Amino acid sequence: MAGKTENISRSELWGGDGSPFRISYGKQWMWMFLVSDALTFGGLLTAYGFARHQAPSWPIGEETFNAMPFLGNGFPLLYVALMTFILIVSSVTMVLAVEAAHRLDKKGVIKWLLLTVIGGFFFVGSQAWEWYHFIHGTHFGSILTSQGWAVVDYNAANELILNMGRGITIVGAEATSLLENATATMQGANLLENEYAPMVPQYANFFFFITGFHGFHVFSGVVFNLIILINVVKGVYDKRGHYEMVEKVGLYWHFVDLVWVFVFTFFYLL
Amino acid sequence: MAHDTHHHKESFITKYLFSQDHKMIAKQYLLTAIFMGAIGITLSALFRMKLGWPDERFPLLESILGSDAAPDGLLDSNWYLGLVTLHGTIMVFFVLTGGLSGTFSNLLIPLQVGARDMASGLLNMIAYWLFFLSSVLMAASLFIETGPAMAGWTVYPPLSVLAEFQPGSGLGMTLWLLSMTVFIASSLIGGINYIVTILNLRTKGMTMTRLPLTIWAFFITAILGVLSFPVLLSAAVLLLMDRGFGTSFYMSDIVTSSGALDATGGSPILYEHLFWFLGHPEVYIILLPALGMTSEIISTCSRKPIFGYRAMIGSMLAIGFLSFIVWGHHMFLTGMNPFLGGVFTFTTLLIAIPSAVKAFNYITTIWKGNVIMTPAMLFCIGSVSTFISGGLTGIILADSALDISQHDTYFVVGHFHIVMGMTAILGMFAGIYHWFPKMYGKSMNKRMGMVHFWITIVCGYGVFLPMHFLGEGGLPRRYYENTNFPMFDHFLDLNIMISIFASVGVIAQVIFFFNFFYSIFRGPKSSQNPWNANSLEWTTPVEHVHGNWIGEIPTVHRWPYDYSKPGKDTDFVPQHIPLDDNEEEH
Repeated sequence: MAGKTENISRSELWGGDGSPFRISYGKQWMWMFLVSDALTFGGLLTAYGFARHQAPSWPIGEETFNAMPFLGNGFPLLYVALMTFILIVSSVTMVLAVEAAHRLDKKGVIKWLLLTVIGGFFFVGSQAWEWYHFIHGTHFGSILTSQGWAVVDYNAANELILNMGRGITIVGAEATSLLENATATMQGANLLENEYAPMVPQYANFFFFITGFHGFHVFSGVVFNLIILINVVKGVYDKRGHYEMVEKVGLYWHFVDLVWVFVFTFFYLL
Repeated sequence: MAHDTHHHKESFITKYLFSQDHKMIAKQYLLTAIFMGAIGITLSALFRMKLGWPDERFPLLESILGSDAAPDGLLDSNWYLGLVTLHGTIMVFFVLTGGLSGTFSNLLIPLQVGARDMASGLLNMIAYWLFFLSSVLMAASLFIETGPAMAGWTVYPPLSVLAEFQPGSGLGMTLWLLSMTVFIASSLIGGINYIVTILNLRTKGMTMTRLPLTIWAFFITAILGVLSFPVLLSAAVLLLMDRGFGTSFYMSDIVTSSGALDATGGSPILYEHLFWFLGHPEVYIILLPALGMTSEIISTCSRKPIFGYRAMIGSMLAIGFLSFIVWGHHMFLTGMNPFLGGVFTFTTLLIAIPSAVKAFNYITTIWKGNVIMTPAMLFCIGSVSTFISGGLTGIILADSALDISQHDTYFVVGHFHIVMGMTAILGMFAGIYHWFPKMYGKSMNKRMGMVHFWITIVCGYGVFLPMHFLGEGGLPRRYYENTNFPMFDHFLDLNIMISIFASVGVIAQVIFFFNFFYSIFRGPKSSQNPWNANSLEWTTPVEHVHGNWIGEIPTVHRWPYDYSKPGKDTDFVPQHIPLDDNEEEH
């Protein structure tokens, strides 16, 4: 015995008491999903902290990430700051899209959602650029000396500096002689080794995995936003009478931006 | 009402396979769990044969497992570990997490809160089919040549990383990780659906403090799942990277027979932290639904209101909260700072307080009650019994100093099988016997239920109680055989006894399987409210209808525990009956 659900009116289907949070079940679903996703990122970032804590040395962000497109090296954290700024601005445009959605202002939603999508694309593209540089190496590479692995660098006066990890640096004639007698060199980064921290593969491992996992979230967010944008253009939500879907993808988008703030802090600033 | 005059036949596929009706999905979960449970307990009987009779050859083993696994009837040592691993994985995740929550949360949440269905029927269906897929992947790993995952149900790296270390860490481990990833997705989707349904779709008058304790238990369970499974997901994907892409998250400098590995600097302890951050809440994900159903059944069958309704909710919330800050007690021997060990000892011992509140509330509910001994009630009493006796040994293990001598011995195996395994499985049986009429409109045979209970509980204690003595004597868990260690020779008789109890206990489940499947088809038709219970599920028609109630959903006027209320003609007053004039709520 099975009744036809279509014959049961909506008010009869959900004829119960209201939710304690006074929101629809769909929006609550999104919130719960974000809670669980936050825990996944929480697990990954905690693992990152654990690995960094027990590693003998860990490169600092402004040394690794100092390149700008078309301008070369020497701009510590400038590009990633720009990426972060654009991502945060895309959260602002998302807020404006949701606000327009509340007013059922179709044109406003289209305008602001489109800008959000563009911001998202810029971020994903920038991340690809940054990965490219990270993989190919923006530095002078690392060398294997008789005293272990050393990251090669030059200061403003063009003097050689060997960074031995654990805060130890070697300069002057000793550095030059170690460089001349180096037995191996390494450039760039992959999952097995990296020039930025030759003895700590976890540095590149976590960089690739966490920024990649986050980038995948941004990318899927852009795809969701695009789908919703197409629906808005087609007038799906006008027919439905409300634009709640815009609000739901908005929640997701803000969440992804918020996670980036943490990733940015832990990977680049600290 | 207009809608129920237009019945139409749904096709077989939409009704039985890709159903979005929570009652059908509950039955699908139950059948899958019973199937997986049969595999899980059979595996345990098979590896117990090796432990009881180390040198005996069993042609039976070769015919069941094949000549790779048991050449000439002697169980291979790698396969022994494979059977142990799959037994643990299947029982913990597929029977007592997916099966227990999947079945009863799905069946009871909409029916007891007064909703037409789950918040999202489509996602509910997807959650089940992901669960089914993960069950198939896990079961399939038993059929590959190199065997299933063999690193124990916790799959600690580095053992679980390379097939060089043990054959099961090849394809078997890959299947394990794939299966668990799908399983996590399933339980997240399912869990979020349960939470949202309980919060948003309660009928009129069903305030949070009028919810049956089953619903509170499912609610807290789902929250624990949503908070802890994502962390297991991050642990599992990092493990996948280590296995497939050469990263060193968990791998440190290891030298094997073929030279040093590339990996350097990773930490297997990191995996343990991530795993047990899920792993401990997982214990309560397993326990709470069983205890919630126990509350409901004990109250109904004692014809008394549950003792301390709000204390029960409070203690479940406390257990849920504490379960997130105790994971270190699984890792006392990983070289953690002794001060940190003290902290974890303290938080772990705190759990004894809400647990004791629950145990006392069960006993005081039964106390001087008009007890009706149905099979479900028997299983509930058994469940409370194992909860207490297993909980007591937990106090020993929680102490970081005492744990040094008990860690990874059979003492631990005995402890968690009694407190978590038996309590949950007895609670699950209780739920099946109690709500079978709701699921199938038929009754299960009472006498067979009683026989099933007594054999199960006697065999359960017969298996797990002696293990405490083995553990006190220092016998390590997971060992394939102990014949090389003369100091363990005198435990052989005890091991034989345990193996006999285990086999009898496993075979006795045939009584349950027969009772269950026979009653589905041939059982006597059940009445609408066979246990004279108060909660809303018994106001729905015996024959399932999509949308649960024909006509309007009943409005709720009272809590679900108005049993033997003074001044009433009957000894139960269902939740939808309005209060009389001058009647106090409770």
